[in-house]
Amino acid sequence: MSKHMITATINGDEVDFTCHADQTLLDVLRENLHMTGTKNGCGSGDCGACTVILNGRPINACLVLGAEVDGADIETVEGMAKGTELHPLQQKFLDHAALQCGICTPGFLNMAKALLEKNPDPTETEVRFGLAGNLCRCTGYDKIVRAVMDAAAEMRANQS
Amino acid sequence: MSDTTDNAKTNFKWVGKRTRRPDGPDKVTGRARYGDDMFMPGMLHGKTLRSPHAHAKILSIDTSKAEALKGVKAVVTHKDIPDHPLSKPPYGPAIADLHDISRNVMAREKVLYDGHAVAAVAATSERIARQALKLIEVEYEVLPHVLDPLEAAQPDAPVLHDHQFTLGVEPAPEKPSNVFRVVSTGRGDVDKGFAEADIIVEREFRTQPVHQGYIEPQALIASASEDGAVELWTTTQGHFVIRAFCAKLLKMDTATIRVTASEIGGGFGGKNNVYSEPVAIRLSQKTGRPVRMVMTREEVFRATGPASGTYSKVRMGAKKDGTLVAAEGVIYNQAGAFKGSPVLRSVDSFFSSYTVENVKTTAYDVCVNRPKVAAYRAPGAPMATLGAEMAINELADKLGMDPIDLRMKNAVQDGGQSVAGVKYGRIGLQEVLERAKNSDHYKSALGPNQGRGFALGYWMHGGGLSSVVANLLDDGTVAIATGNPDIGGSRSSMRAMAAEELGVELETIKPIVADTGSMGYSHLTAGSRTTFATGLAVINSVQEIIEKLRALAAKKWEIPVEDVTWEAGQAVTQRDGFEAMSLKQLAGMATKMGGPIAGHSEINAGGAGAAFCAQICDVEVDPETGFVAPKRHTIFLDAGRAISPDYVEGQMQGGAVQGIGWALNEEYIYDDKGRLLNTGFLDYRMPVASDLPMIDTVIIEVPNPNHPYGVRGVGEPPLVPAPAAVANAVENAIGVRATSLPLSPPKVLDMIESARPAVAAE
Amino acid sequence: MNELRYEAPETIAATVALLAAEGAAAKVFAGGTDLIVQMKSEMIEPGLLVDIKKIAEARALSIGADEIRIGAAVTGAELGENDELKALLPGVVEAVQLIGSDQVQGRATVGGNLCNASPAADSVPALIAAGAKAVIAGPDGEREVAVDDLMKGPGKIDLNAGEFVVALSLPRPPKKSGDAYLRFIPRTEMDIAVVGAGVALSLDGDGKIAAARLALGAVAPTARLVPDATGILVGNTLTDDVLVALAEAASAACKPIDDKRGTIKFRTQVAGVMAGRAAKIAYERAEKN
Repeated sequence: MSKHMITATINGDEVDFTCHADQTLLDVLRENLHMTGTKNGCGSGDCGACTVILNGRPINACLVLGAEVDGADIETVEGMAKGTELHPLQQKFLDHAALQCGICTPGFLNMAKALLEKNPDPTETEVRFGLAGNLCRCTGYDKIVRAVMDAAAEMRANQS
Repeated sequence: MSDTTDNAKTNFKWVGKRTRRPDGPDKVTGRARYGDDMFMPGMLHGKTLRSPHAHAKILSIDTSKAEALKGVKAVVTHKDIPDHPLSKPPYGPAIADLHDISRNVMAREKVLYDGHAVAAVAATSERIARQALKLIEVEYEVLPHVLDPLEAAQPDAPVLHDHQFTLGVEPAPEKPSNVFRVVSTGRGDVDKGFAEADIIVEREFRTQPVHQGYIEPQALIASASEDGAVELWTTTQGHFVIRAFCAKLLKMDTATIRVTASEIGGGFGGKNNVYSEPVAIRLSQKTGRPVRMVMTREEVFRATGPASGTYSKVRMGAKKDGTLVAAEGVIYNQAGAFKGSPVLRSVDSFFSSYTVENVKTTAYDVCVNRPKVAAYRAPGAPMATLGAEMAINELADKLGMDPIDLRMKNAVQDGGQSVAGVKYGRIGLQEVLERAKNSDHYKSALGPNQGRGFALGYWMHGGGLSSVVANLLDDGTVAIATGNPDIGGSRSSMRAMAAEELGVELETIKPIVADTGSMGYSHLTAGSRTTFATGLAVINSVQEIIEKLRALAAKKWEIPVEDVTWEAGQAVTQRDGFEAMSLKQLAGMATKMGGPIAGHSEINAGGAGAAFCAQICDVEVDPETGFVAPKRHTIFLDAGRAISPDYVEGQMQGGAVQGIGWALNEEYIYDDKGRLLNTGFLDYRMPVASDLPMIDTVIIEVPNPNHPYGVRGVGEPPLVPAPAAVANAVENAIGVRATSLPLSPPKVLDMIESARPAVAAE
Repeated sequence: MNELRYEAPETIAATVALLAAEGAAAKVFAGGTDLIVQMKSEMIEPGLLVDIKKIAEARALSIGADEIRIGAAVTGAELGENDELKALLPGVVEAVQLIGSDQVQGRATVGGNLCNASPAADSVPALIAAGAKAVIAGPDGEREVAVDDLMKGPGKIDLNAGEFVVALSLPRPPKKSGDAYLRFIPRTEMDIAVVGAGVALSLDGDGKIAAARLALGAVAPTARLVPDATGILVGNTLTDDVLVALAEAASAACKPIDDKRGTIKFRTQVAGVMAGRAAKIAYERAEKN
């Protein structure tokens, strides 16, 4: 089994870790780095609970190898707030009660963040299709969609 | 969005307001710790070997090679789990037979489903643990299996349990059966009723098992110490119940096990049971190290309990004017490998929204070679409700009556009772139906290829045991500890009720969920009982604090306590010359004047209220492919009093969407060897965001007279009528009777084709 | 998985050398959205993962006067961001973009989807309809194989020892061309295709179809061209009769199975429906071109 020494930037900080060839980025985040904000719902890319942003793209951490992220830039939910100042998406999720048990929330936050970066003024349909890769069993998605649309509006207003 | 129909006491400060939940920031930042987010030094990793057969005798298990593998520290089989004798009647609604649980946790004589646990190992890494599983040699004698409840109920079906003789049939049977029991209830004389009917409708349905679908798989760490004490960290809906199961199963003193509930990533009834906990405890006891066990998604599907698949028959008779005169329902529930499907709830769920003089309902609890069922949001109710509600809609259609009018005509009134004789107090059924009838949704027009469905559901929520401790701290803040894991925002509701009682700001109250060592017993966060029962205990605890504060003020003022009242967060008196004292002031005085102030309450809450939920569902069907798209969905629910309206809405929306999935695409698919084919979210198809419209909610408040704030449990009612509403909409769209769920595209396309006029052969 | 190694060569030659030396125990690794799932479920137990994402030719996307070349390791997300490609081959792009969620799109590649060779792979019917060839590098140099001929069975492609697919080569479509890919799934997203239909057309000056290819996926052991469709479409417009004939040809070409995603009956019927709908979209695109 090959072992790999990796240096990656995670939430703006340089992080070193060693991983086995068979470890996914999700394994590395949770087991090696104890960054448990990224969740394991299925391990096969079907639920989106492990969504993180890799080199600017939202991906399922369970489908990326730890060995391939040397030099990469990774954003997880732990880095979303600025210190104690919540990101507008985080705030809107709370304001709109867009979480009940909260296990899917980190994945949704990352995916929504990436979605809005690419498309700052999405329609409801675009939001729903953009978030189709994130399963939620508690909310029926209604309040999540509202929270994302509201956050998008606030973020657009902040830009202008 | 909230409609208060009863005007008693509505000017609340916190109850009914949209407030921020206390656990919110931790959950949006990833700080909150769920079952698999805990680490302990020296932790080992446990993995379970599972049966590849649906039904087989275990001839031998050889774990020697696994034990010899470097890095493996312990192996467990049924030899390490105590056996228990079979339980004896009488049996209540839920069955917790240690004989069965022992075998479900670790197979003993037989494996009874694909995925049944056979052995477990603890090793220094997951990789080694998985390797070790491959080294365990199990010799099986494969037996014929049965998956369908009707088939399993036949005398020639393969029998799962030789010791099981059907209860509830006369004469008592001599041959063992897969049918554990038959229960029946009702009133009047259905034969007479049907004879008087002007019109009779008869329907038959099949439904498939559906999984609760929580996104967080089961996960735990067990840590046993040399003096016998065990610490267990687990994701669960009821850590006190888990403690009880583990202690009884492993024959340990209850107090030796201390269970801490992690944050829970969804339960819906599926996390009321033990699966790996006793095994992990044993592994930890054998190794002296903490043992972590986390299920893969595949294990969750193969080995944790879904809701029963069913076969049902419904017959309803009415007069020309729409008066229901007779109703009969029969349902076969799959129990899975061990007895215990919710038959008592099933028989009470068919027609309990209606006053029908003559009713008979019967339910069969049938064992089949599938995982043992677990509770799923109103267990037994959605399936029975499906048949009844479809039949009533067909009656309405045939009578030329509006489906809501027909229900209003027969709606059960205040003081009425359910089919099984549970008495209703004041109920909000009429109000729910009226709001649905007069809604925008109901009046709106449908487009081409669209259909509308209506269904009504009933659920009697639980009360039960809850304990709460509230401590007034010297700076005037109040720490409230409950024993109920917070699945959907209950800490928020507890805080609101406590702040309301005390008359203080929300931030004064700090709610936590405490471990089993810190306080008295609380039953599960399930059965829609938490806001009701634990809320009651919170109110009681806070009232005890208020009593003590009044006494303290009286002592300070040197006046009788009867002259002191508590108003808006202050001790006040009519007597002249005394300025009101705030909570903060009194709290600061307490230690010097008698000691810290606390309140606690351990109750067995009665006074549960019936909740009624109606749903309108519009769908659009693609006639060339059978694809069904939900277009509009509105839920009307009597919540009694919505303590946290945001979260009541959330329960309504979540329950409705689970029902949409149940109706359209969710099912277990097995091969001809009884092995589960769809063990992941790819092929177990739950609704995704793009499948759905916004889900509209209308909260009706007809307060439950048995609760200080009028609360009715809202967790479960929203799922009860949902599959029926969707099925009815599909029927309406294509003009063909639905006879089974899920209404997946191949089935719907077949239905559409069956209605097309036959094309003459060329 | 105990002896798994991971390497990321930077040239085609280095990759070929690794693959040739390791033999069957080596797996080419691009997006990993199928590979990692198969590894985790122990469907496969490779000895070496050869990551091709550092190879320039595998990551390049070029649009020339005659040829469009898409590197095997170009992701669906990247394809979707290329406006020129979307205008020329909207069907190929939309097919690749239907693979999985947006998260999967950030990783899934055309080459991976092709070489995983699922009968239901979304990219393949569109690639076949568009006349795509796989550019294969190996110990004996480079060769090109029509995608249609490359697919040999579920999970099987026609590669020799040491070979890997470096890129897809497609002819640049002429003016008045349009392609489209449609699939049927039971939800709106996140499902494997139950039926997939890729159509590529070009029109003559009178709006009649001058060239046409229909390929179907998920209805046979491999995605495949429906040769009869060409004859039905060429020289015509999409009249009701033509569409009925097209649907019948599509259904007739099906050799599906009953599985957890669909039945023989359903797939056969819906193949006809999807073929017709895809043809209409391709035609509309061709008209506007």
